[in-house]
Amino acid sequence: MSLLKLAWRYLWAQPLTAGLNLMLLSLGLAAITFVLLVSEQIEAGVRRDLAGIDLVVGAKGSPMQIMLAGVFHLDVPTGNIPLATLETLLAQPLVARAVPLSLGDSLRGYRIVGTTPDYLDLYRARPGEGRLWQRPLEAVLGAEVARKTGLKLGDRFAGSHGLGGRGDAHDEQAYTVVGILEPGGTVLDRLVLTDLTSVWAVHEAHHEIHEEDRQITMALVSYRSPLAAISMPRWVNAQEGLQAAAPALETARLLRMVGAGSEVLRGFGAVLLLAAGLSVFVALLHSVRARQSDLAMLRMLGAPPWRVGVLVSLEALILAGLACLLGLALGHGLTALLGQVLAAQQSLRISGAWLSPWEWGVPLLALGLALAAAAWPAWAAFRLDVTELLQAPR
Amino acid sequence: MLAVIELRGLRYRYAQGAEMAFVDLKLAPGQHLLLRGASGSGKSTLLALMAGLLTPAEGQVVMSGQALQELNPRQRDAWRGEHLGFVPQRLHLSAALTVRGNLALPYVAAGLRPDGQRCDELLEQLGLAAVAERLPHQLSVGQAQRVALARALVRRPRLLLADEPSASLDDANTAQVLDLLLQAAYEQGATLVLATHDARVIQRSASFTLRVLP
Repeated sequence: MSLLKLAWRYLWAQPLTAGLNLMLLSLGLAAITFVLLVSEQIEAGVRRDLAGIDLVVGAKGSPMQIMLAGVFHLDVPTGNIPLATLETLLAQPLVARAVPLSLGDSLRGYRIVGTTPDYLDLYRARPGEGRLWQRPLEAVLGAEVARKTGLKLGDRFAGSHGLGGRGDAHDEQAYTVVGILEPGGTVLDRLVLTDLTSVWAVHEAHHEIHEEDRQITMALVSYRSPLAAISMPRWVNAQEGLQAAAPALETARLLRMVGAGSEVLRGFGAVLLLAAGLSVFVALLHSVRARQSDLAMLRMLGAPPWRVGVLVSLEALILAGLACLLGLALGHGLTALLGQVLAAQQSLRISGAWLSPWEWGVPLLALGLALAAAAWPAWAAFRLDVTELLQAPR
Repeated sequence: MLAVIELRGLRYRYAQGAEMAFVDLKLAPGQHLLLRGASGSGKSTLLALMAGLLTPAEGQVVMSGQALQELNPRQRDAWRGEHLGFVPQRLHLSAALTVRGNLALPYVAAGLRPDGQRCDELLEQLGLAAVAERLPHQLSVGQAQRVALARALVRRPRLLLADEPSASLDDANTAQVLDLLLQAAYEQGATLVLATHDARVIQRSASFTLRVLP
């Protein structure tokens, strides 16, 4: 039997106390792990989806809504803008690229986006199977869409009116799957891409619309120079019916809002950890008092004071070690659960398998907490008066 | 022959300032000493001085030629672990450990790997083999006393100290424990120091050198 095994036996000699402390510590560490994993993945996802998009131009409305609808495809757009806006934007010397997006329909909740191949270039995406669209009503599926719907190359499907997937189906205007994108971990995984004319064709089946009346939902603009960030939004907002949304600013605002929630959860985790630390401290102090004769006997049997102190500290360290494993597992499990919920809502991609470079902080935190909680009880054990063993019954 | 333990001019000063002087003693290997005296006569203090747990105000405790006061605390701890066996008045068996676990404690205390063969041998010798995996609360009084004795003997000490070993025992168990102490000390060639004021023990201690503490 080693000192570690002895500490293990002593710890579990009071299973209720040990179990409660383990639970408190694990929950605190799990909460902190969960916040860490989720906030990092949201930030990484946001950074990926923003790839090269400097400005989103949509119909007048909330810039945040335009950015959420245009970049992350999470919100409904504010309306449509004239197709001619695209030409106007491209005519600006500070604009390097303007990618049109036309929304309106969906396939089982996944948005059908009319666009140009430039949209794929933004994310350096390419078909893993098949090819890009070449004529109207040819569609390329994002990797997640293909996986979840089971559609394969050559299959045909009809889009539903609206973005929620519950609208009437455009049965007479079916799309053919000609390509499936490689999974890239970006918003494209959750989209059905086709060309602009397809979206128009579906919606103009029963009434003809002149070229000059055609509309798109928004345009994703890339600047030629960072200087454009100062003048372009102002210029766009000055145009009738147009609203500029700077994704960098809006996502910073969004992350601040998400961050506030994270702070609350992190604070909750910290309170749990503090409660756990205090509980471990009280349990160890009580245990040192209750086992005073055991510890004094160890001293009598030749254990130096530091070994008795280490024995008490080991109990806290065992708890911390177990709590660390459980907390990390629980944190990853909860993240995976959230990922499943979000996946069912076709929202952000969050994975329980994500490893954060800051996760090493969790064992460090547990270790620090254990050592802080054990310090005083270990000192009490260190200073134990062994001669009490030789006294008459207490 | 070199004395196992020798007390020279020993005086101890209590925290309240009272001082107690002890007679000189010299115990050879295998010799038995009975410290007799009423409660408060200094029996436990003398045992603590012999164990190197208390520091005398004057005089020396010499163990196999080595004065304990000349050792630093770490060396005294190591010496106690290696050469001293102790049977306390209250047995102080660890409630969290089985009988076998309690026997392993002296090794853990010294940072050593327990000697399983030695533990088995003692368990067999003291009739504890059948209860080796039981916890202390599952033992009879007599069995628990034997476990405390086995724990004191497991590292083959040269000096065996027993403080009121019969305090909570009936006549039969008192006789058995005393026989076991003597037998174990004899078999290991250990010097035995027994502190008691129990008349039942005193009656059966013909083989002991007697020291009466005032």
